[in-house]
Amino acid sequence: MASPKLQAEHIHTAFMRDGKSMPVLQDINLEVADGEFVCLLGPSGCGKSTLLSTMAGFLSPSSGEIKIDGQVVRGPDPRRIFVFQERGVFPWLTVEGNIAFGLFRLDEAERKKRVAHYVKMVGLEGFEKAYPAALSGGMKQRLEVARALAVNPDMLFLDEPFGALDSITRLTMRGELLRIWEAERKTIIFVTHDIDEAVQLSDRVVLLSARPATIQQIVHIDIPHPRDISSARYLELRDGIFKQIGLAHRL
Amino acid sequence: MSSLAEPKKWERFFWPLLACAIFVSLWHYSVLWTATKVFPSPRDVEKGIAELIHKQVLWRDIIDSLRRVAFGFGAAVVAGIPLGLTLGWYPAANQVVNPLLQILRPISPIAWIPVAIILLGVGDHAATFLIFLGAFFPIVVASVDGVSNVPSMFRLAGRNFGLGPIRLLTRVIFPAALPKMIVGLRIALGIAWLVVVAAEMVAVDSGLGYLVIDSRNSGKRYDLVVAAMLIIGLIGLALDLAFRRLERLRSVRWGFRHES
Amino acid sequence: MIVRLRPLALIVVLLLLWQITVSRAPAHILPTPWAVAIGMGELLQHGLLLKYVVASLFRVTWGFVLAVVLAVPLGLVIGWNRRADMAFNPLIQVLRPISPLAWIPIAILWFGVGDLAAIFLIFLGCFFPLLLTSINAVQNIPAVYLNAGRNFGLSPAAVVARVLFPAVIPQLIVGMRITLGVGWLVVVAAEMIAVNSGLGFLIVDARNAGDRYDLVVAGMVIIGLIGLMLDIGMRSLQQLKSLRWSYSED
Repeated sequence: MASPKLQAEHIHTAFMRDGKSMPVLQDINLEVADGEFVCLLGPSGCGKSTLLSTMAGFLSPSSGEIKIDGQVVRGPDPRRIFVFQERGVFPWLTVEGNIAFGLFRLDEAERKKRVAHYVKMVGLEGFEKAYPAALSGGMKQRLEVARALAVNPDMLFLDEPFGALDSITRLTMRGELLRIWEAERKTIIFVTHDIDEAVQLSDRVVLLSARPATIQQIVHIDIPHPRDISSARYLELRDGIFKQIGLAHRL
Repeated sequence: MSSLAEPKKWERFFWPLLACAIFVSLWHYSVLWTATKVFPSPRDVEKGIAELIHKQVLWRDIIDSLRRVAFGFGAAVVAGIPLGLTLGWYPAANQVVNPLLQILRPISPIAWIPVAIILLGVGDHAATFLIFLGAFFPIVVASVDGVSNVPSMFRLAGRNFGLGPIRLLTRVIFPAALPKMIVGLRIALGIAWLVVVAAEMVAVDSGLGYLVIDSRNSGKRYDLVVAAMLIIGLIGLALDLAFRRLERLRSVRWGFRHES
Repeated sequence: MIVRLRPLALIVVLLLLWQITVSRAPAHILPTPWAVAIGMGELLQHGLLLKYVVASLFRVTWGFVLAVVLAVPLGLVIGWNRRADMAFNPLIQVLRPISPLAWIPIAILWFGVGDLAAIFLIFLGCFFPLLLTSINAVQNIPAVYLNAGRNFGLSPAAVVARVLFPAVIPQLIVGMRITLGVGWLVVVAAEMIAVNSGLGFLIVDARNAGDRYDLVVAGMVIIGLIGLMLDIGMRSLQQLKSLRWSYSED
């Protein structure tokens, strides 16, 4: 691909547990293009969150390196914002306060403008002065996304952001995320264990094996958005992943 | 919790009043029946309070006690919070200093009196020092606790948005640790109030603690003793309630599960 | 191994500083650490130390146990019954901030100077915190536990014994540990003022009968160490497996 946005080269990561070395990531090699939406899919505990944290610069790999825009990643950076689950919003700040959190280098007028823009974008008008305790799970998640977007990053890392939400809210939020992605075209790397979520959202699905994680397969989802989840191609791709992971069709 | 019917609004006043009325009656009648010559009846205490207010001594004593608490507690806050924040932020430092704190903490501030008197002489300074000692440890412990329990998610998010160490401390760590710190401050204030009364019984000659001891020593005025005790209780309660107001501020309220 | 020694190193450094400052000071009133150590040896030799430690521990134990026996059941009842809570709360809130020491004249009036007065003061110091802890513990039981108990057809008495009690014990133990510490603080203070034996008395007596500040500080150190041991002892109770479920980390 033409000058990838993110390159993961020979990433090996092992943790020390009780004096023994426990490998978590094994020889991960991946390239992500600018503006792409990529899902890391795998069973719980396989190490996909570790991989995401490494890409974001919160963890150092035991060997190998992550390069973003050609530069080696050495730490977190506002150009690539990590979105946790909804409990990542700061409970002591209002909605406005949270969104404005990363904007401390701007002057007041510019800050107000940006905050208003992103409040509107995620649909939280009317709640500007509310504290997170007064918001629902879905609203808090939207707040966290708004906070991330407000600093205009190139990349977003999302770690199972919708995991704590009910399934109906989850469906709505997926649509919201796609809408925002199409408007702003950030590069998004999204961790999930939900196969449908991965096939609905991403351009490519990276299947990770159980620990120690290696890349089992990369599935290219070639359906244009908006995706019809009852279309034949969708079901074909989805079933393919089911089989690859080794799951049966009947409960 | 087990009450089958939801208590009505009027019950919020009825039950406490009933309990107090029963308490005061029991007190009154036990004084009557034992025909004690010394222990005051509720009536005596009431008159005692009036006498204290009339004599103007009471206000001066209250102000003296509050002043010592203010200085001792203030000093403990100024010294304790930065120390607690530092120890909470650098676990290595905490590991070194903590054992020393754990040994010093169980030593009652009152046991420090002789040392305090050597260093500072009899009087206000010694009392303030004792209050400082009493309030210092809970504040440090609560600050360490508050900082070490800040979810790593908040710290990581702060770094992610490009906050330098100072901004990280003031805009993430401090607000996140604040609820626990405020509880520690409230507890420390309660302890300070206990210590000031005790310190005044031994090391100085003004204040509410002194009033308690003096009323007995110069004339066995037990009515004034009990009156002073009651006032001590009420002011201590007022201090506690004032602090709980702080806990209800919305930028801090998130850290408390119940409004206790 | 080296890391473990660092706190010790800090203490040694502080002791050295103490030693140096005092030796340099013109008026040799404050004792040096060395003098304190010798003082401790002296106390041990005379058999006085053991006697005083036993006296203090004796009073604390009695006062504390009495407080537990009275405060815990009362607290559980008040926490359980909303109306009882409404009734007693104001009384408790007014009595609680009164330092146990402020009760000394009353204690001496009722019990005279001696063990009983000291035990009464310790009891007072332990009673209110324990009462509040018990009330709080009951009120914090998740409703789901109680509902499950009733769902399985337990009688109210059985719910109390098999659900309420196990659920409150972890919090009660933490409360008891803290309250024991308070009791230890009170006994020392009470002994300084109201009785004629014990570690608190040692401190006052050493000073009054000859300005023996080395013994004063020796007493303080011993008080600190015993208080620490009491605390560690209680913490090991929290380690019992049947109770560990409630402590994520301590």
